[in-house]
Amino acid sequence: MSGLEDLYREIILDHYRNPRNQGELETPPAVMAEGFNPLCGDEVTVHIHVEDGVIVDMKFGGHGCSISLASASMMTTVTTGKSLSEAKDIIYSFKQMMSIHEGRLEEGSEETDSPMAGLGDLQALQGVVKFPVRIKCATLGWNTLEQCFEELASQ
Amino acid sequence: MSFNVSVLKKDFPLLSREENGEPLIYLDSAATSQKPQKVLDVIDSYYREINANVHRGAYRLAEQATTAMEEAREKVSSFIKSDRSEEIIFTKNATESMNLVARSWGESNLNEGDVVLVSSLEHHANIVPWHQLAESRGIEVRWIPLTESGLFDLTDLDRLLDGVKLVAVSGASNVLGTVPPVRMLADAAHNVGALCLVDASQYVPHRPTDLAELGCDFLAFTGHKMCGPTGIGVLWGRSELLESMPAFLGGGEMILDVTKEGFTTNTIPWKFEAGTPPIAEIVGLGAAVDYLESVGMENVLDHEKTLTSYALQTLSDRFGNDLIIHGPNDVSVRGGVLSMCYQDVHPHDVSQILDSHGVCVRAGHHCAKPLMKLLDVNATVRASLYLYNDESDVDALADALEATGQFFSP
Repeated sequence: MSGLEDLYREIILDHYRNPRNQGELETPPAVMAEGFNPLCGDEVTVHIHVEDGVIVDMKFGGHGCSISLASASMMTTVTTGKSLSEAKDIIYSFKQMMSIHEGRLEEGSEETDSPMAGLGDLQALQGVVKFPVRIKCATLGWNTLEQCFEELASQ
Repeated sequence: MSFNVSVLKKDFPLLSREENGEPLIYLDSAATSQKPQKVLDVIDSYYREINANVHRGAYRLAEQATTAMEEAREKVSSFIKSDRSEEIIFTKNATESMNLVARSWGESNLNEGDVVLVSSLEHHANIVPWHQLAESRGIEVRWIPLTESGLFDLTDLDRLLDGVKLVAVSGASNVLGTVPPVRMLADAAHNVGALCLVDASQYVPHRPTDLAELGCDFLAFTGHKMCGPTGIGVLWGRSELLESMPAFLGGGEMILDVTKEGFTTNTIPWKFEAGTPPIAEIVGLGAAVDYLESVGMENVLDHEKTLTSYALQTLSDRFGNDLIIHGPNDVSVRGGVLSMCYQDVHPHDVSQILDSHGVCVRAGHHCAKPLMKLLDVNATVRASLYLYNDESDVDALADALEATGQFFSP
C-alpha cells in the first residue's frame, strides 16, 4: 500500500470521521478567517474567540479532504485554551514538522530535541511530509488560524 | 492498421512502468498523454542529426531543420483538413493560442459592450483571456447554460447571441466529456456576424477533425495531449483573419523589415511566430500526427466510444448510487472523460488510494471552477481514457475504487 498507513494514521481517520469543534462562533466577539487551497478548491473557515490573550473557543468549518479536515480538527483541540503566544509556538512547530525533508524523517525524528517535541497527537500528521502534494491540505487550517491572529491584531 | 490495444500499448514505453510490482494504470490523458517510441525517436534524432536554427542559415543543415519544421506544419495542417498550411500557427500550448486570439484579434476588434459568448463548462484558458478583455476593453463575457445532464442548453440561443462578436466554446469538455454541437454554434455565430473559436484541446486528440465540418474560424489545440511533446501548441485561423490581425509578440522571425523608425511584419504563419520556435517539439508533433494517422482517428474514436460505454456501465453496475459520474450518458455526445464523486470521500483522498493501487487519475477542479460551482462540488476525481487504455484499465479503476470505499468506511 506504499506508505498509505503513514498518511492515514488511525488518529487522523478518527478526527476525519468525528471532527471536533466543527461549526461557527458569533462575530463579534469572535473573529473569523477563510482559507483557500487553489490547487483543489478546498476552503476552510476558522472562528476564534480570544479573551485576555487566551483562545477560549475555536470552531472550524468548510469543505476539504480527510487530511485538511483532520488537521484542522486536531488544531482546534490542541490550541483551544492556549495563550496566543503558546498557540503561535505550536503553529511554528507544526509548520517546522511539515517542512522537514522526508530523508530526515526516516533518520529518527522522535527525539526530544526535534521540532515535533510537544506536538502530541499532531505528530501523527508527520507522515504527510512523504506526500508533498498533501502538505498544503495539512497546513490549510493552520494558515487560516494565522489569518485570524492577523485579523485580531488589526482590530 | 488494425486496432489492437495490447499491441498498441507496447508503443508507449512509459506504460510498461510498474508501481509496487503492478503495471501502472494511466488514466489521466486529458491532462497529458503518454508518448509513443516513434515520437521520442524523432525528437532524439532531430537533435542528433539535423539540429540548426530555422529560416536563417543558408547551409544545408539549416535547410534540413527548416524543412523538417515546415513538413511538420504540413502534417498538422492535413491532420485537421486545412488546405492552407500557412493557417497553422505554432504556439506554446492551447492556452497561448487562445490568448493570441484575445490579444491580437480581440484587442483590435472588440469594444466596450461587445459580447464574447462562452459556455459554462469552459477551461480557465477559455475564460480568463476574455475576463482580461472585460477589464481592459469593457467587453461582456456571457455564459451558455448547461442542462442537467451537462449538455449546452441552447433554448435561449437567440437572446444569448444578442451583441455577440465571438462565440468561444470547447470542442469537448475536459470535465464532463460533453461534445457540444460546434457546427450549429458556428453557423449561429456567423448569422449574427460573429466569429467562432473552438478550444479543441480535448477534441483533436480523440476524433477525426475536419475544419469544413466544424465551420469555425479559430481552432486551438495542444501537442502534448495528442501523443506529442509538451511546449508546442497550435492555433489554426482563417487566413484572411490572420492576415488582418496585428502581430502578437514582436521579435525575430515575425518581421520582414526593421528600421530605427519601425517594422513591417512577415507573412503568415511566421508573423505570429516571434523568436526561435520550439523546433524539436514541432518535429515531434509532426511525428505524433504520423503515429495517430497510422492508427487512424476513426479507430481511435470508435475505440474510445466503446471503452467509455464499458466504463459507464461497469462503474454504474458496481457502485450504483455510491458513485456519481457527471456529464452525459450518451457516448455519441461525450468523450472518454469521467468526472466522478465517490460516496462522500474527498477526491484527493480517492486519488491517493487509487495511486496506492497504481491507478493515476486527476483530483481537483480541472481548471474549470465556474463549472465546479454549477455542479456544486469543490472538486471531482477524473479518469480519462485514450487509445492505449482498455477494459483491464477500467476494471483496475473499479477495483481500486472499491478498495477506497473499504478504506474510508467506518
